[in-house]
Amino acid sequence: MDPVISVRDLWKVFGPNASQVVASDELKSLSRQELMDRTGAVAAVRGVDFDVAPGEMFVVMGLSGSGKSTLVRCLTRLVEPTAGTIMFEGENILEADAKRLRDLRRNKFSMVFQHFGLLPHRTVADNVGYGLEIRGVPRAKRGERSQEVIDLVGLTGNEKSYPDQLSGGMQQRVGLARALAGDPDVLFFDEPFSALDPLIRRDMQSEVIRLHREVGKTMVFITHDLSEALKLGDRILIMRDGQVVQVGTGDELVGAPADDYVRDFVKDVPRSNVLTLKWIMRPPRPDDELDGPELGPETVVREAVRSVLSADKPVKVVQDGELLGVVADEEILGVVAGEA
Amino acid sequence: MVAVPAPRQVPLFFDRYKRLVIVGGIVLAWLVLWLVFRNFGTLPLDASELTPLHRWVNSVNDAIGASRNSNPVFLYFFNEIRLVIDEFVTFIQALIAQPSFGRPVPMIGWLGVVGIAGFVSLAVAGWRVALLAIAGFVFLGLQGLWQESMDTLSLTLAAVVISLLIGIPLGIWAGLSDRANRVLTPVLDFMQTMPTFVYLAPLTLFFLIGPASATIATLIYAAPPAIRITAHAIRSVPRTTVEASESLGATRQQTLVKVLLPSSRKTIVLGINQTIMAALSMVTIAALIDAPGLGKTVVKALQTLDVGTAFNAGLAIVVLAIVLDRVTTAATERRSLPRWALFSGLGVTGVSVYFSYTYLWAAEFPTDVEIGSSIRQGATAVTEWVQDSLPVITGGFKDFVTFALINPLQALLAESPWFLVALVIVALSFMIGGLKSAVVSAVCLGLLVATGLWQDSMITLASTLVATIMVMVLGVVVGVWMGRSRRADRAIRPILDAAQVMPAFVYLVPFLALFAASRFTAIIAAVVFAAPVAIKIIADGVRAVSPATVEASTALGSSSWQTIVKVQLPMARGALTLAANQGLIYVLSMVVVGGLVGAGALGYDVVAGFSQGQLYGKGLAAGVAIVVLGVMLDRLTQAAAKRWTN
Amino acid sequence: MARHNVLGTVSAGLVALVVLAGCGGAKVGDTSSGAAGDCGTFNLAINPWVGYEANAAVLAYVAEKELKCKVTKKELKEEVAWQGFGTGEVDAVVENWGHDDLRKKYIDEQKTAVSAGSTGVKGQIGWYVPPWLAKEHPDILDWNNLNKYADQFKTSESGDKGQLLDGDPSFVTNDEALVKNLNLNYKVVYGGSETALIQAFRQAEKDKKWVIGYFYSPQWLLNEIKLAKVKLPEYKAGCDADAEKVACDYPDYDLDKIVSKKFADANGPAFQLVKNFKWTNEDQNTVAKYIAEDKMKPEDAAKKWAEANADKVKAWLAKA
Ligand SMILES: Nc1ncnc2c1ncn2[C@@H]1O[C@H](COP(=O)(O)OP(=O)(O)O)[C@@H](O)[C@H]1O
Ligand SMILES: [Mg+2]
Repeated sequence: MDPVISVRDLWKVFGPNASQVVASDELKSLSRQELMDRTGAVAAVRGVDFDVAPGEMFVVMGLSGSGKSTLVRCLTRLVEPTAGTIMFEGENILEADAKRLRDLRRNKFSMVFQHFGLLPHRTVADNVGYGLEIRGVPRAKRGERSQEVIDLVGLTGNEKSYPDQLSGGMQQRVGLARALAGDPDVLFFDEPFSALDPLIRRDMQSEVIRLHREVGKTMVFITHDLSEALKLGDRILIMRDGQVVQVGTGDELVGAPADDYVRDFVKDVPRSNVLTLKWIMRPPRPDDELDGPELGPETVVREAVRSVLSADKPVKVVQDGELLGVVADEEILGVVAGEA
Repeated sequence: MVAVPAPRQVPLFFDRYKRLVIVGGIVLAWLVLWLVFRNFGTLPLDASELTPLHRWVNSVNDAIGASRNSNPVFLYFFNEIRLVIDEFVTFIQALIAQPSFGRPVPMIGWLGVVGIAGFVSLAVAGWRVALLAIAGFVFLGLQGLWQESMDTLSLTLAAVVISLLIGIPLGIWAGLSDRANRVLTPVLDFMQTMPTFVYLAPLTLFFLIGPASATIATLIYAAPPAIRITAHAIRSVPRTTVEASESLGATRQQTLVKVLLPSSRKTIVLGINQTIMAALSMVTIAALIDAPGLGKTVVKALQTLDVGTAFNAGLAIVVLAIVLDRVTTAATERRSLPRWALFSGLGVTGVSVYFSYTYLWAAEFPTDVEIGSSIRQGATAVTEWVQDSLPVITGGFKDFVTFALINPLQALLAESPWFLVALVIVALSFMIGGLKSAVVSAVCLGLLVATGLWQDSMITLASTLVATIMVMVLGVVVGVWMGRSRRADRAIRPILDAAQVMPAFVYLVPFLALFAASRFTAIIAAVVFAAPVAIKIIADGVRAVSPATVEASTALGSSSWQTIVKVQLPMARGALTLAANQGLIYVLSMVVVGGLVGAGALGYDVVAGFSQGQLYGKGLAAGVAIVVLGVMLDRLTQAAAKRWTN
Repeated sequence: MARHNVLGTVSAGLVALVVLAGCGGAKVGDTSSGAAGDCGTFNLAINPWVGYEANAAVLAYVAEKELKCKVTKKELKEEVAWQGFGTGEVDAVVENWGHDDLRKKYIDEQKTAVSAGSTGVKGQIGWYVPPWLAKEHPDILDWNNLNKYADQFKTSESGDKGQLLDGDPSFVTNDEALVKNLNLNYKVVYGGSETALIQAFRQAEKDKKWVIGYFYSPQWLLNEIKLAKVKLPEYKAGCDADAEKVACDYPDYDLDKIVSKKFADANGPAFQLVKNFKWTNEDQNTVAKYIAEDKMKPEDAAKKWAEANADKVKAWLAKA
């Protein structure tokens, strides 16, 4: 399947002489700090490549200041990229003129912000309907659609409230509803839950998972929280100082970190929750009795613990009838003990 | 808790206090050089002396005046503007103030105006404020000043409406574009600090004597706050909100109309409030070019030192100001009035307007009930008592402050060679704000020399600094008190409002008796005008310190004094620097008034330039010098604020 | 609760209003103002001092009452008033203190104004001291003795010299040159306004304080406090030609009337009245006292004086 979004060699440099920086291979090769010292420019995004598949939940993760917000804003050109290409459904959106860009924003993608960005002088219903309003959708139609998404995000009954009368979690639901109202193909989230309390954050994460399942939209989700990334992401992109360090599924990151940076990052992750059997299995040894129970390679370790420990023979990891390897007590205990 | 080895302590101390040491060094060097060079190169200019520049300005002014009746720019451009504004003001006056349309009374009499004032206040500000508005307007009538008040109100409304028509679009522009902001800021500084006296006479040349000139004089001073605050409001809309709108595909226009403007409404209304207050503070000055209304009453009464009458009229201005202030302030809150209240309010208003149109009793304010004469007598009695019993004490106080503070500072500034003072100021600017500040100060000082009024500028600068110090002392003492006690705040705030809009000359008469014609009197006048702003800013700043922090401090066993000094004031330092900055600007705007009561120097130069044709050029130069001083001090305090708050 | 109160108030108000209306009362618009005569509109500048106001009030009263003019008073400072001659907004200034600069600019150069003769009032400018001082130290009235008393006049503003309080910036002053050229140990301190001067003299007289300052007559304050004039070296024509070298007293001023050229050329009844208007210092002082001390409205003061001096008024009109 063709990717919805395909980003190649994307650069964003803030400050004076940005275009000169990206034109010079020498300057491009400098680290962020060196570049800052030499030219006073900040390279927020440096040569980023990735693809997002249709219907995928793609998470971008990195520490604060690593360039995530800039990256996601480049995708919708809220921030004008300095160099590179961004193909959206086969169209290079860097070449879109102002009108085309507006059309894209109105119909194809929308965004949810960390600090909500609600209009304080409008009610919940009017905030949700804002995107439709600027497209010129008639009032009655707008009301109908707003109500639908308000119900969808669980805000029913709060239509007439003003944002400052709602809790943070509720406000972000409004932000979510506003983004959904236009029925976009892709949703961008820039750390939408960072400002919320942990309990509410968990609720909202489940909500997004539910929505993702129900409406099946492509989502690009920014976070600085690894557990959030692992919980939501089909695939995760790890950013550091504006560059991509690694892209992969959660178990790939934990199982095969690309470098020490990632390794350090994933060190405290409860591995049994993330790793699947394929990461811990070993080739069968001659002395293994190969008539134990069978499990698939994508089975998460934690779910396999009971079967492996209760079996007196190693568990076979089998895919399509082919034996990939075996997992015995010691492998399981190696993962579980490592967490303690 | 290991003792630090002694040798390391010295550089540490020096590092920490390096700036202080350098500043101290500069000042010390200045003192020494002052002793050596005293009264050398001070660039003095006698009161009647002129420089070639001043003469040149005179000749330009004369040439413009002479060509007035033949110049097409006058005949078409200015004339058209004048006609439109005259029409507008006259129309409002015809509605509420002046006999019109062949009637012996205005279209809407007092009852109708009171009704409308009450209804508008009810609709935008709630019923409490509506009651205040009604009471306030009736009070104006009881003072025996109905018509004068309505004239003043007409002119103020006209000036405010035009200010907003110009100011809000300009403010939006400056809010959206950094370049526009950079261009507009100095222009606005100029409009706000250039003394009105300087442009009053030329205005009547351009727009003739009448409502147009008075309105334009008022709006030159009143429009800048609307522009600045609108720009500020637009700039302070959270970035995310704008981004959210853009991300949904809004056009610039849509974002402006649906996001930026509605989000800044509250702040813009505050700008309108400031514009109204500024317009009201121009009432007396505009009276000097025949602006109708309360200002005339004040000016007239003061010709015979009739403080009672002047106070009564000044009080009417204060009442108008307080009503308009409370209505606009309350208008920033979201409220929805029940429909029935709106409709019945509308009904009552309609009926009262109709009555006031038809019946004499509702048209002209009845003269049989009035309190104006008691107010006049009371004010006169108080003034007389003050003048009779206090001068012994106040005279001594004046002498003390003059000899201990004003004279030394003035000697240092005005009796040093100009290049020495300039060097010191540039060096201090560099210490405060780096190269940029130093350059700004150098340019400003150069301009001061060019005006030919260096020594007068230094004398004015000395008084300005003393006044600002007093403003800050008052600001901190009263501001902290108000910030800590709601009750004090409620009691003091109306007094501050009154001090800000009461025409200065009303209280200057007794001040002259207390302190004689002197620089000190001028300083006190400036303090009365400027302290309220500083106090309010500091009070709000202290109140804004998070209660949690104050609680924490109390929990650690701090005394009130420790909490104030170690927690509240340091945390309110943003407010403190803002107060100092605004205090300075307000003090400078009183320089001319100071010139009327013995300050001499720039203030007197401006006043004399307004009064005598051959001194016009010099007055203009003095006006420019005041503006330049203002810009320099403003930029310096801002730089200092930045350094301090970071 | 609150609702009911508001509702109650509102309906009570409505009822009250209707009742009041039922009682009726005089209606607006039954009478209309009298039509103006052939005099038309007379734009009279009002400069900001009481003596001027006295002249203007009497002129306005006569013009309105006898000539049926529509008089528009415009309260303006001198410079602005003269400027108004050119723009056609001011017809007459009815007490002018010299103002050679304005004469030169508007009469000689721009030719928008002309003189309309003397008002009959004589103006004097000079240095004055409060009566108590003149009485206790009579020799102070001679400038030669001023240095003897310089110490007494010291203030916080004048440093180690005596203070000579100058005042209203509207008037030309030679005081700095005078002090220098007469070798006086004084410093000119600019009070900056007439108010400052009046307060200083009032207080000086009341508390027996030492004040010497620039003042002028006629001025309403002189009715209240008889300030004494200090004799300076006598004025001789031309002795004040060079402003830097002035060492003589101020000249006596023959206060006159200035009118716009257009107004004079049209030669209407109002112009005739202005031209013929002439009275004395005493007359002016009387009206000024009504206004300043008795706090009468200028119109009433003028009426009172005109009724008592019908013959003078008639003389102004007779020649018309
Ligand atoms: N408008 C801007 N101008 C200059 N520098 C910026 C701007 N926006 C972001 N940056 C810089 O770019 C870097 C990345 O910022 P950001 O994308 O906000 O990171 P993140 O969202 O990962 O915290 C930071 O160093 C930040 O200071
Ligand atoms: Mg971010």
